Amino acid sequence: MNTLPVTQPVIEITYLVASVLFILSLKWMSSPSTARHGVRAGEIGMLLAIAGTLLQHGIVDYKWIAIALVLGTCIGIPLGLVQMTAVPQRTALSHAFGAFCVTLVGTAEFYLRSPDISRFTMAVLSAEVILGSLTFTGSLMAAGKLQEILPQRPLTYKGQNLVNLLFLAVAVAGAGYLVLHPGARQLFPMMVGVSLLFGVLMIVPIGGADMPTVISLLNSYAGLSAAAMGFVLDSKLLIIAGALDGSSGFILSVIMSKAMNRSFGNVLFGAFGQVQAAAAAGQEAKTVRSATAEEAAAILAAANKVVIIPGYGMAVAQAQHKVRELYDALSKRGVDVRFAIHPVAGRMPGHMNVLLAEADIPYDRLVEMDDINGEFPQTDVALVIGANDVTNPAARTDSSSPIFGMPILDVDKARTVMVIKRGMSPGFAGIDNPLYYLGKTLMLFGDAKSFVNDIVHQLAGGGGH
Amino acid sequence: MSSALINGLFVFMLAAFIGFEVIRRVSPLLHTPLMSLTNALDAIAVVGAIVLVGRHESRLSFVLGMLAIIAATSNIVGGFLITDRMLKMFHSSRPTKP
Repeated sequence: MNTLPVTQPVIEITYLVASVLFILSLKWMSSPSTARHGVRAGEIGMLLAIAGTLLQHGIVDYKWIAIALVLGTCIGIPLGLVQMTAVPQRTALSHAFGAFCVTLVGTAEFYLRSPDISRFTMAVLSAEVILGSLTFTGSLMAAGKLQEILPQRPLTYKGQNLVNLLFLAVAVAGAGYLVLHPGARQLFPMMVGVSLLFGVLMIVPIGGADMPTVISLLNSYAGLSAAAMGFVLDSKLLIIAGALDGSSGFILSVIMSKAMNRSFGNVLFGAFGQVQAAAAAGQEAKTVRSATAEEAAAILAAANKVVIIPGYGMAVAQAQHKVRELYDALSKRGVDVRFAIHPVAGRMPGHMNVLLAEADIPYDRLVEMDDINGEFPQTDVALVIGANDVTNPAARTDSSSPIFGMPILDVDKARTVMVIKRGMSPGFAGIDNPLYYLGKTLMLFGDAKSFVNDIVHQLAGGGGH
Repeated sequence: MSSALINGLFVFMLAAFIGFEVIRRVSPLLHTPLMSLTNALDAIAVVGAIVLVGRHESRLSFVLGMLAIIAATSNIVGGFLITDRMLKMFHSSRPTKP
């Protein structure tokens, strides 16, 4: 069968156009007003690339390709329709799928080509398969923890990092041997197996609070494994897509690690085992002031500037739609209401913004930490809903605190602080929050959703200013 | 071979730089949709799997290729779908920009 000589250049050009569209796609994500064009560009690029590939010389079996594409679509649609609170685990799952694909292709290529593999190809193929396998199991673990199928608590033991590094070293040593002796086929499954195991062990010591960093890091690994696959297949399009994804994940993990005050090295090694020394539990009993919904409503109604600090607890209580009603009620009274978003609010980068946007809160009311922190001294009321550690002033002042140095929202500088909380139990990380004992802090005890609802009712009927 | 390697490394280096510059400008507001979008784009790995299945060189490569196409396609479809759903929800309190 003779393919026309023009086919190859045509394919290359579709790949080139697809690469341009992929870059534009990310560029248009810079602003919400153009972001949806970005999705379109990505979709068109993807279709072009797949169409170009189908023209490729030597493809004889179209039926099975079509069947696989249809099956994948059937799985993909429900995964595209999950609830917004479930987006983090969906994302982790799709990192796993992506890495799964890369690992399978790498494995198939190895068995097709071995032992006729150049050293360089074998080296990148090993990198592809090691990164792919550990991202596959690591992402499944992360998805399991986020979905709460697996325990969220970090599991740690002495020498854990050493054991984990040992597994990685064994996988890399296997890869090294294969580079020198590409015919050693029996070594390949060992390398894959150890990498799969390493992926599991890597996530075991990581707690729920660290998930934003972990997901970003896995994103980066998935991209790098795809780029390695591009080297194996000599596909520039794959190298480009992988490099874009890898750098995106890398940037996000650096942002997340900074927001959690973790070092750069921690990010690279992924070894962020939780070092939470059980914060001294039995301290002297401190007093807090509490208030009712009626009192809270009166204070809010009299304010000029209100900043709401939402945390993941708000999403867990499904309170975001009630918060939207509160926003409406206060805005109608002429109160300036904004939302302060800490980078790690939520379970993945930017998650809180999505949850609030879903509740129909305009995005120009959502303000990042660095932009809002200077404004807390002029803020009449800071209302904390379901957030804890990101408001803890101990991070600024108490060098013995486990979260010392972590950038926080300077909520304590507002004139009045209100905190909606179920009780006085410490938060996710088990660290006491001195914010609650300040003279200007009012604790609003109760479920976030019903308490906000009560405030809205008071604003509507009760407190008629 | 070595020229393909050098070409590949140049492409990787340039794409990584573009990636850094472009993604640094993405508003933190959109970091979640950014991640689901890059995830969908990353599923371009499907082209490698399509070639494996289409050439049908061995039973193993065929089976692994089929599974790989299914996994990657679900990422493409699901990734673009959820990204668009999320972006649809973002709207400004100012009706139109001047």
